[in-house]
Amino acid sequence: MSKHFHEELQDLNDGILKMGTLVEELIDQAVTALKNRDVAMARLVIERDSQIDDLELVIDELCLDLVARHQPMAVDLRFIMTGMRLNGELERVADLAVDVAERVLEIADAPLLKPLVETPRLALVAQRMVKTAIDSFITRDSALARSVILMDSEADKLKDSIQNELIYDYIVKDGAVAPRAVPLILAARHLERVCDHATYIAEDVIYMVKAEVVKHHPERL
Amino acid sequence: MATKIRMKAENVNFYYGAHHVLKGINLEIRNNAVTAIIGPSGCGKSTFIRLLNRMHEIVPNARLEGRILLDGKDVVGSDVDAVDLRKRVGMVFQKPNPFPKSIFENIAYGLQINGVRNKALIEERVVDSLKKAALWGEIKGRLHDSALRLSGGQQQRLCIARCLAIEPEVILFDEPCASLDPISTKKIEDLILELEKDYTIVIVTHNMQQAARVSDYTGFFLMGELIEFDQTEIIFKAPRDKRTEDYITGRFG
Repeated sequence: MSKHFHEELQDLNDGILKMGTLVEELIDQAVTALKNRDVAMARLVIERDSQIDDLELVIDELCLDLVARHQPMAVDLRFIMTGMRLNGELERVADLAVDVAERVLEIADAPLLKPLVETPRLALVAQRMVKTAIDSFITRDSALARSVILMDSEADKLKDSIQNELIYDYIVKDGAVAPRAVPLILAARHLERVCDHATYIAEDVIYMVKAEVVKHHPERL
Repeated sequence: MATKIRMKAENVNFYYGAHHVLKGINLEIRNNAVTAIIGPSGCGKSTFIRLLNRMHEIVPNARLEGRILLDGKDVVGSDVDAVDLRKRVGMVFQKPNPFPKSIFENIAYGLQINGVRNKALIEERVVDSLKKAALWGEIKGRLHDSALRLSGGQQQRLCIARCLAIEPEVILFDEPCASLDPISTKKIEDLILELEKDYTIVIVTHNMQQAARVSDYTGFFLMGELIEFDQTEIIFKAPRDKRTEDYITGRFG
């Protein structure tokens, strides 16, 4: 049955909110699995990814229907285009949570190379950035979105620091530790990519709210 | 995109008797561009374009204040002949209104009353106008058939050809597709985009998608005021005024 345009826009809003909640849960479980080297939790993350893939298709279809049937303009057009992009970004974040879970499976059998200190901090930044980015979309808050973008440099620094320590303090000194070090480097890389996707979401939210393009223009922030 | 200003409304106020229909309109119409005028019924958009070739003068008790400029010269002054102005600023109406004559005569008539007697020249202009109006291919074998036997979309293109034959500089379209089906509408829209290269075009339309498709600039009128005027892409992606946004997103009223 066809619905009023504004009801369908609300459906899109609710869909993105649901997608965001699922993705936040998935990252949380992936990070917990990494911290505790919890294989069962890692497998759960990998299994749950299909839920997000299915929801992505539903939201894509909803966006296409909205454009095809209503030819939206102005704020509605920006909202739908942003919804479509967020949908894709969130699905990529879920894939990265799965990547982290796969790294957990790789390091589960051998003793942990070193206690994880900066990785949990990076995970915290990633979770905070994703949550804040989704919140900024739901509340149409461009200042909140801007705060997400400003957090990204912290994530980059943490990832570089984790990577340099594992390469120069461990792999360079003893190549035999590489199978235990490389998954940790990759996990940091996955978490840093999560932060990048949160940044893209925030850039899209600023466009949606203020019609200002800040993507590729950091000076406009 | 062209930037030269071809027509300009300066502090235009317009009244039908005591009814203040247009309020302080300032608007620039650029050369070789399509300017769309949108707004709800009764907002004054059709009244506005009728001022541009002084069609308002045929309405009793109408009063215009302010200036309408064509190439920097006021077109309303008593020293300007309205007939000459209408040759330079042609108009195509909502409902196709061909004369009950042949296709050929519909176009030749305007030339003849303007004093063109040379038959070869008239024939050349008729064919040229029909080609420019993208109608020639469909009717070239039956120029002497009645224009009333053409379809609605063909009749509207004939009216455009009739307008082009007089060699205007500016063409005003008042809801030109309101009575046409989507295929005929597309032909008229394609034609407008083609004509834009040689003419200055102003179009009044209720169809916002049409304004978005064919125009370079869009003005939004509401209750006799020009609320916002900007490049079309700005008006439809990110208008600055809340009232424009409410109208184009269907939240109006």
